[in-house]
Amino acid sequence: MTKLLKSRELLLSGIIALMIAGFATRAEGFAEPGNLVNIFNDTSILIILALAQMTVILTKSIDLSVAANLAFTGMAVAMTNAAFPDLPLVLLILMALGIGAALGAINGFLVWILQIPPIVVTLGTLTIYRGMAFVLSGGGWVNAHQMTPTFLNVPRTVFLGLPILSWVAIAVVLGMGFLLTRTPFGRSAYASGGNPTAAVYAGIDIGRTRFFAFVLSGAMAGLCSYLWVSRYAVAYVDIAAGFELDSVAACVIGGISIAGGIGSVAGAVLGSLFLGVIKNALPVIGISPFAQMAISGVVIILAVVFNARAEAKKGRIILRDRAATEVTA
Amino acid sequence: MKSTMNAVAPMTLNTPLANQTPNLAPILEMRGISQIFPGVKALDQVSISLYPGQVTALIGENGAGKSTLVKILTGIYRPTEGEILLDGKPVQFASAQAAIDAGVTAIHQETVLFDELTVGENIFLGHAPRTRFRTIDWRTINARSRELLQQLESDIDPTIRLKDLSIAQRHLVAIARALSVEARIVIMDEPTAALSRKEIDDLFRIVEGLKRQGKAILFISHKFDELYEIAENFAVFRDGKAVGHGRLKETPQGEIVRLMVGRDVHDVFPKVEAEIGPVVLSVQGYSHPTEFRDISFELKRGEILGVYGLIGAGRSELCQSLFGITRPSAGRLTLEGQPVEIRSAQDAIAAGIVYVPEERGRHGLALPMPIYQNMTLPSLAKTSRSGFLKAANELALARQYAERLDLRAAALSVPVGTLSGGNQQKVVIGKWLATQPKVIILDEPTKGIDIGSKAAVHGFISELASQGLSIIMVSSELPEVLGMSDRIMVMREGLMAGFYDRSEATAETLVRAATGNA
Repeated sequence: MTKLLKSRELLLSGIIALMIAGFATRAEGFAEPGNLVNIFNDTSILIILALAQMTVILTKSIDLSVAANLAFTGMAVAMTNAAFPDLPLVLLILMALGIGAALGAINGFLVWILQIPPIVVTLGTLTIYRGMAFVLSGGGWVNAHQMTPTFLNVPRTVFLGLPILSWVAIAVVLGMGFLLTRTPFGRSAYASGGNPTAAVYAGIDIGRTRFFAFVLSGAMAGLCSYLWVSRYAVAYVDIAAGFELDSVAACVIGGISIAGGIGSVAGAVLGSLFLGVIKNALPVIGISPFAQMAISGVVIILAVVFNARAEAKKGRIILRDRAATEVTA
Repeated sequence: MKSTMNAVAPMTLNTPLANQTPNLAPILEMRGISQIFPGVKALDQVSISLYPGQVTALIGENGAGKSTLVKILTGIYRPTEGEILLDGKPVQFASAQAAIDAGVTAIHQETVLFDELTVGENIFLGHAPRTRFRTIDWRTINARSRELLQQLESDIDPTIRLKDLSIAQRHLVAIARALSVEARIVIMDEPTAALSRKEIDDLFRIVEGLKRQGKAILFISHKFDELYEIAENFAVFRDGKAVGHGRLKETPQGEIVRLMVGRDVHDVFPKVEAEIGPVVLSVQGYSHPTEFRDISFELKRGEILGVYGLIGAGRSELCQSLFGITRPSAGRLTLEGQPVEIRSAQDAIAAGIVYVPEERGRHGLALPMPIYQNMTLPSLAKTSRSGFLKAANELALARQYAERLDLRAAALSVPVGTLSGGNQQKVVIGKWLATQPKVIILDEPTKGIDIGSKAAVHGFISELASQGLSIIMVSSELPEVLGMSDRIMVMREGLMAGFYDRSEATAETLVRAATGNA
C-alpha cells in the first residue's frame, strides 16, 4: 500500500503536470513560472484547510464547519481591525487562531463528550457559525477602506519571490507533515481512524485525539479567515460559502480515505493543487463557472472510484502473499 | 513448515472411493476440480463426494483450499477445470442463485444476519414468499419460520428482532435460514467455532436430524473430537490438493493429523513446568453491574490460569474490565503487593497488564498502518524522545519482537493488512510483549487457528510463562484449558463456579461446573 500510495502521489503529480502542459497549449503563458506562482498562491488557503480537514478525516470524522468558522472568525477579525485600527496585526492573527480553535473545540467537545456523530455535529455548527456571523455583522460588510493597510498588505508582501501567503501555506505543510508523522498525536490520529477498537485497546484515547483534531481544524480555519479577508479585502456573511466541500474534495482527490486511517500530507497538497489548477485554468480557456463546478464534481467521483479500486486490490493480496511464500519456500 | 509438508509424499488414498464403502450413490460429486488464481493454484485436481444422510468432514490447515471449495460449491467461484455431478448429471453453478436452486446451502463461519430485522425476515430474506398481489406474505413467513425453528427444537418467536437473541439462538436462525430453501446439500463452515460445549451438543442433535432427512452434509471444523462424534467420511486437503479420504471412524486421529500437516504432531500441548513464584496479581471481589459478580483470585509469577465457561459466562467481560476497557462497580486489584486502580487501557498498560483480544483482527490491528507502527502503538511513551516519535527506536523495538516471534514480512514498513493471518497474529502478540507486561490476558488464543499453528501458539504461551510472565488464558476448548493451565477457574453466569488445580481437573468436572449440573 505504501508503494501504491507513493505511486498514487506520483500519478497525481503527473496528471497535474500534464494538465498544466495541456492548458498551456490553449492559453499562452499558463505554464510560465509567474503564473504557476499565482496558482500556488491562489491555492494556499485551500491547501491549509485541506490539511486541517485531512487530520480530522484521518480520525474517522469530518469537519463540515470549517468554511462557516472561517466566515465568522473572518468577520470578527475584520470588525476588530475596523474598530481598533491601532491593534497590532500579530494580536489580530492570534485572535483569529483563538476564535477558530474555540469554535473547533465546540465541535470536538460535542463529538468527544456527547458522542454525537461528527457529520451531524458539524452540519449543525456549520449553520450556527454562519448564523453567528450574520448576528455579529448585522448582515453588513466590512470593506477594504475600513481595514488598515498593514492588515491588507502583509499576506501579499513578496518575500524571496513568493507572497507571504504562500510562505504561510508552505510553513503549514511542513508543520503538518511533522505533526502527523513525528508526534504521538499524529500516530494516534492514524490509529484512531485505521481501527478505533484496536486504538482503544492500545491505550489511545480516541475521543481526545478527535477533539484535538477538531481544535486544530478550527485553528487553521481561523488562520485562513484572516488570510481570506485580507486577500479579498472584504468580509461578509457568505464568504467561503461551500468551501468546506472543496477541502473535503481536495482530500478525497489526494487519496485520503474517507473511512479514516489512510492519507498523507503530500496527497492533500496535491489534491488541493489539482483543484487549484482546474479553477485557474477553466476561466482562462473560456469555460463557464457552472461547468467548472460540474467538472470538479466529476473529478471527485473519479477520485473516489480510483480509491475504491485501490482498496479492492488489497483484498487479493492474500493470494499474492501466498504465491510469494510458495516462491520463497 | 511448507518444506516439511512437501517432504512427505501424498497419501495413497487417492484412488476414487478407495476403502470407502457407502452403499449409496453420492448426491454430489466433484471431479478433478482445479481453481487457479493469478499466481496461485488454490485447488489442484481435487475430487470429493457427498452422500445422502452422511456427514463428510473436510479437514485441512488454514490455506489448504477448504474455503475455495466451499465457494465453488456455492456458486461464488467457477472452477478453472473439473466437473460437478449432481445425481450423476453434470451441472454448472453459474451463480450463487444457481447453487441454491440446485439445493446447495451453506452455513458460514461468521453468519451474515441482520440485527434490526425480525427472525422471520432473516430466514426468508431474498426468497420471501409472496401473496397474490406480489407483496410479501408475512403470514407464511412467520408460519414457515416457526415450523423450521421447531424442526430445530427451538421455540424462538419469528416476529422478534434478531438483536434480542443470544449468539447460540442466532446460530439456530442461520441454520433455519439455510434450511428454508429446499436444500439437499448442507455445508457447515466451522459452525462450532463460536459455540460452547452445550450449544455444540444441541447443534449436533440438529445435524443428526438432517442426516435422518437424507441430506448430505459437508462439515468443516478444526476440532477433531467433534468430527469423530458427527462425521462418517472425511477428506483431507493440504496445499490445495486432496491428500486422503475415507471412513473417519476407521481412521485414527494421528493418521489424519499426519495427512493434514504432512508430518507427525507430538506434544499437542507442550506445557513446560514453569517455576511458580510469588503472587503478582490479586483480584478481590471484582464486580460489574450486569456481567459478573464477586470474582476473586490470585495469579502467581509464571502461572497460567485457565478461565473456562460457556459463551456468555462473563469471562471476556471480566478480562476487559481488568484491562480497563470497562469499569468494575466494585472490587480491588493488587499488583505485586501494591493496590492499583485501572481506569483505562492506558492505566493497565502502564501497570503491566495487557489483553490480547479474541477478535485479533477487529480489536488488534490497524490494517492500513505499517507493521512497526502497529507494534509500537502501546509503547509510544517508551520509543518517543521528549514528546516526538523516533522512527529508529520504533523500528528497533519492532525488529526485536519480529525476530523473537519469527515474523515473516518483506519489510517492517509494509502495512499489516498485507500479511497473512498467522503473521498478523504475531504482530498482535509482539505488540503486547513489547510493552514488557507482567500479566498477559489471552482471550481464546487459538480460536480459528489450524492444528499445526495451535501447537506453536501453545509452545509460545508456555515459554512466556517460563520466562516469568503471569498468564490468564480464557478458552472454550477443554483440551486446551486442561493441557495448558496450572489452575483453572470456571465461570458460570457471571459467577465463579469453581477453582481446580491442574491435578484434579478433568473434562467432566469442568463441564459440570460450567453448566451447573453438579
